Amino acid sequence: MMMILGYPAPLLFGQLLLGLINGAFYAMLSLGLAVIFGMLNIINFAHGALFMMGAFVAWMLLNYLGIGYFPALILAPLIVGAFGMVLERTLIRPLYKLDHLYGLLLTFGVALVIEGLFRNAYGSSGMPYQIPAVLGGGTNLGFMFLPNYRAWVVLVAIVMCLGTWLVIEKTRLGALLRAATENPAMVQAFGVNVPRLITLTYGGGVALAAFAGVLAAPIYSVNPNMGTSFINVVFAVVVIGGMGSILGSILTGFGLGVIEGLTKVFYPQASSTVIFLVMVIVLLARPGGLFGKAA
Amino acid sequence: MDLSRRTLLVAAAAAPLAGPARAAAPVLKLGVLTDMSGPYRDTGGPTSVACVRQAIEDFGVSAKGFTVEVLVGDHQNKPDVGANIARQWYDRDGVDVVIDVPTSSVALAVQQVAREKNKIFLNSGAATSALTGAQCSPNMIHWSYDTWMLAKSTGGAMVKTGGDTWYFITADYAFGQQLRHDTSALVLAAGGKVLGDSPYPFPDTTDFSAFLVQAQSSGAKVLGLANASGDTVNAIKQAHEFGVEKSMRIAALLLFVNNVHALGLEIAQGLVLTESFYWDLNDRTRAFTKRVVPKTPANWPSMVHAGCYAATLHYLKVATDMGIAQAKQDGIATVNRMKAMPFDDDCFGTGRVREDGRALVPAFLFEVKKPAESTAEWDLYKLLASTPGDQAFRPLADGHCPFIKA
Repeated sequence: MMMILGYPAPLLFGQLLLGLINGAFYAMLSLGLAVIFGMLNIINFAHGALFMMGAFVAWMLLNYLGIGYFPALILAPLIVGAFGMVLERTLIRPLYKLDHLYGLLLTFGVALVIEGLFRNAYGSSGMPYQIPAVLGGGTNLGFMFLPNYRAWVVLVAIVMCLGTWLVIEKTRLGALLRAATENPAMVQAFGVNVPRLITLTYGGGVALAAFAGVLAAPIYSVNPNMGTSFINVVFAVVVIGGMGSILGSILTGFGLGVIEGLTKVFYPQASSTVIFLVMVIVLLARPGGLFGKAA
Repeated sequence: MDLSRRTLLVAAAAAPLAGPARAAAPVLKLGVLTDMSGPYRDTGGPTSVACVRQAIEDFGVSAKGFTVEVLVGDHQNKPDVGANIARQWYDRDGVDVVIDVPTSSVALAVQQVAREKNKIFLNSGAATSALTGAQCSPNMIHWSYDTWMLAKSTGGAMVKTGGDTWYFITADYAFGQQLRHDTSALVLAAGGKVLGDSPYPFPDTTDFSAFLVQAQSSGAKVLGLANASGDTVNAIKQAHEFGVEKSMRIAALLLFVNNVHALGLEIAQGLVLTESFYWDLNDRTRAFTKRVVPKTPANWPSMVHAGCYAATLHYLKVATDMGIAQAKQDGIATVNRMKAMPFDDDCFGTGRVREDGRALVPAFLFEVKKPAESTAEWDLYKLLASTPGDQAFRPLADGHCPFIKA
């Protein structure tokens, strides 16, 4: 058997693949954050809680209304996205003129409230959510057993990331959004409803988080704390990728998933720290992040 | 002090209770220190508080000429926060007993504080056998279970049925390390082998796939999960996804009824686990559950919750027996009386507390039912075997508890 650094090569290939799968979640979550920060200049700390809400809404749809996984994959992001838009209209909007810090504190508080409410209602043990039957089972790749559901997650995540990137960089809507960020007054003067555009952007970013939440529901237990464990890593991803850079957050998300996966083989104790180590190194070398404009 | 929203909430919640004691009737103060907001909320948390209150109610305190106040604190699974709350409670608020304290690292910190202040610490939620071993204290009684007992019961059952090679996935802190240590010792003593171990950072890990794949490729027959609650649930769920159960047997070394409920029988069926209490064991456990469930309808009691009940009840009996004033005065003397008097309650039946502070409760080996066998939401276990209290735990001499004179 081929060996790499004292480990059998198949084991490492397996870990690379698993890293990519986890990276898919990081990418989708940091993508939403990057869109919101890039367009609204809000550091959305509620992102983890909204991710958790996505998973919970999917669970509720199934258990209260009998609506299965695939419809939930569309419905849950719409519901949570609508909730996000209400949040933006009522709470976040008054803060645009103030320092970043206010938005950060507000969304942090919102996250605590949402998580607390879900914890009171559903406890901390989590709710079971089965993998849909069509995506059950797995494929033996020779070097590892790949559950079909994980393969599905990677595929969907890649499609979702590319789609978002294309919308923002290559369409008229995206161009308007970017213009509205640069100079809202000018864009408004051309007859574009900028506040509505911003509300929709926030809703879109939130819907992305909820979408990731639904994807995560069958893998992790649907649990009020599920967002908290992701959010720190995801913020590190956004910072490493360069605040507000869409492509940066996608590539960094996948890349850090792989780095974390490999750390789990060589020195598992450090697997939650390694991302922050990378962050320190990147910030020392390139303060604007890997793909960010120089600060 | 680390001032966070939870600490503030705790202070706010405790403030009205900690006011000047009502005149005349002596007051015992019990502080339930537990995880109210994190991963162990359902295995401790509000249900522990409900069980402590149930014990006060069942004992009929109001007729006995004294009153009992219950304070609740959230230690957030942080040893420094837990030790701080315990210190404030003992020093400032006149708390006599701290109860529950899941999370071994926090329990070990509170153990020091209780000893320093000569107060009482009745632990139910923490697992580490170090509490009655190298770090034992004459001020503490450890109820319900410990890592050694889990290793012997669940691990022993695995080894006996041919599971002689193990791979561990371990929560990398006091509890997980102790559970792995106690289980490995048992596996090695039975002539088995430990082929590998993945210690992962607690509490920041939600994805276990990397470790599961390593475990699969190690060729071990048994996957030992040296973790608890949400982590164990996630690990089992993902093990199922990766088809681990096709090539290995899963030993969930610590699994509570609440976790099995969260996993769902579809995935959990066939798992073998150990608890010292289950609601459907006998008439007494059923009667207890019937009384307490209205206080905690969504989360039925596990052995930790039962331990909070039993420890509180036994303490109240002893304190009444000694006289409230004496019981408040000297922690060690009261704990010694609790060791001298046998306990008797609906959860664990009759038994005694050993000199090192180990409550000798029986250990039950359960198998999780198949979905077809379960007739109700919490009808989850069938009993495989039971070990009487005097054989379930590490022998006194092997614990090397320093204050026990040989």
